[in-house]
Amino acid sequence: MVLTVNGMALATRTDRRPSTTRTIWDSTVGKKSVMAVSGLIMLGYLVVHMLGNLKIFFGADEFNGYAHWLRTLGSPFLHHEWALWIVRVALVAAVVAHAVCAYQLSRRDIKARPVKYAHKRRRASYATRTMRWGGIILALFIVWHLLDLTTLTVNERAWAGHPYENVLATFSTWYGNTIYIVAMAALGLHVRHGFWSAAQTLGAGTARRERTLKFLADALALVLFAGFVSVPVAVMTGMVS
Amino acid sequence: MKLTLRVWRQRNTDAPGAMASYEVDGISKDMSFLEMLDTLNEDLILRGEDPVAFDHDCREGICGACSLVINGDAHGPERTTTCQLHMRSFADGDTIDVEPWRASAFPVVKDLVVDRSAFDRIIQAGGYITAPTGSAPEAHATAVPKPDADSAFEHAECIGCGACVAACPNGSAMLFTSAKINHLNVLPQGSPERETRVLDMVARMDDEGFGGCTLTGECATACPKGIPLPSIAAMNREWLRAVRKG
Repeated sequence: MVLTVNGMALATRTDRRPSTTRTIWDSTVGKKSVMAVSGLIMLGYLVVHMLGNLKIFFGADEFNGYAHWLRTLGSPFLHHEWALWIVRVALVAAVVAHAVCAYQLSRRDIKARPVKYAHKRRRASYATRTMRWGGIILALFIVWHLLDLTTLTVNERAWAGHPYENVLATFSTWYGNTIYIVAMAALGLHVRHGFWSAAQTLGAGTARRERTLKFLADALALVLFAGFVSVPVAVMTGMVS
Repeated sequence: MKLTLRVWRQRNTDAPGAMASYEVDGISKDMSFLEMLDTLNEDLILRGEDPVAFDHDCREGICGACSLVINGDAHGPERTTTCQLHMRSFADGDTIDVEPWRASAFPVVKDLVVDRSAFDRIIQAGGYITAPTGSAPEAHATAVPKPDADSAFEHAECIGCGACVAACPNGSAMLFTSAKINHLNVLPQGSPERETRVLDMVARMDDEGFGGCTLTGECATACPKGIPLPSIAAMNREWLRAVRKG
């Protein structure tokens, strides 16, 4: 190999290092850590969200009561809906950090491999190859999901304070079911590769833990997919009405 | 064996390149892939054409000079270096695609030769230890636990061929850099520079224009020396530790 002797600038060790924040933000490893942490925050939220959704199987009163309780969470210490807003702010921060890092890293990755091989071969698993498009699908889904069930802008029923009835309205339309189920499939795939990747990025991966981490990623992906999709399936089949 | 080769031809870094087709005949199954290319080149020279430029040196699988993407695989279908790949891995009448490593950090010099000096600069950024020179130290002066010695040796096997970068869809050098960092960071001899090493080498890796890691695992699959994928997680662990220590 050709050994290039560089100038002195490289060999000179300076005592002044950039700040920790700078180091993290300027490094691909650092940006991946930001993606890993923000991803895990969102994942934690999704597990709670999915479990909360399952309350729909116990009737309108319990489901609507749970939604109401979320607004009084932390009271009397926290004002009405404050806990909810704290969670929302944290989630928006996580989504923005995750998306910005994903965009910057993707730009860099594409630039690092400008010429494709003439001999094409299918590589990596489906979950791995669809991370970028899957992420975009999920971002678009979140926008629709908020307009549908939070602001009720596009909801057919749009009955404020009655999420049970609004959920039923959404899953009574063909497009509501289609959008939701496609997005949940994308979520499952994203979590499958994302959780495992986050573990590697944060340094939790070792040869011995590899199988456990892969199993955990698959289990999380499957449980989230099944849990979320059970709601539209239940509405479609008339189990919940 | 009679084969059709589709080889990437490019006059220099700035010139546009293209795949060119060649027929080679009289290839023995016992020839190495490079000997097969030598046969092609002898033929080209006799015909007064420009021979195909490719990197090679020891031809024993230990120097890391050879570097071909064969039918879309770095170092070809077997898990070894191109020089140790034999023509018995192919069938008579096959068409074989031969391309250079593809990464913006590895510009094509000519045909199948790429400039891998970015790797040398990553090594220069911290892939060394500060040791007193002179006579060999007493063997028992510094005790190294057996698992650490094994891990260091496993990572020291990296020959810096660049197959990891070539195989990675992001042109990432994480596996190479992790092998170099883990090799020294697990040893007591490497511990004085443990933090600066990982910070400087990762920063250099990024500066050279390599992509980031998306954990596709293509690198570890292509590595002729079997550097495992968890090495990347180990480097991330070292990097985060160094950042925390400030």
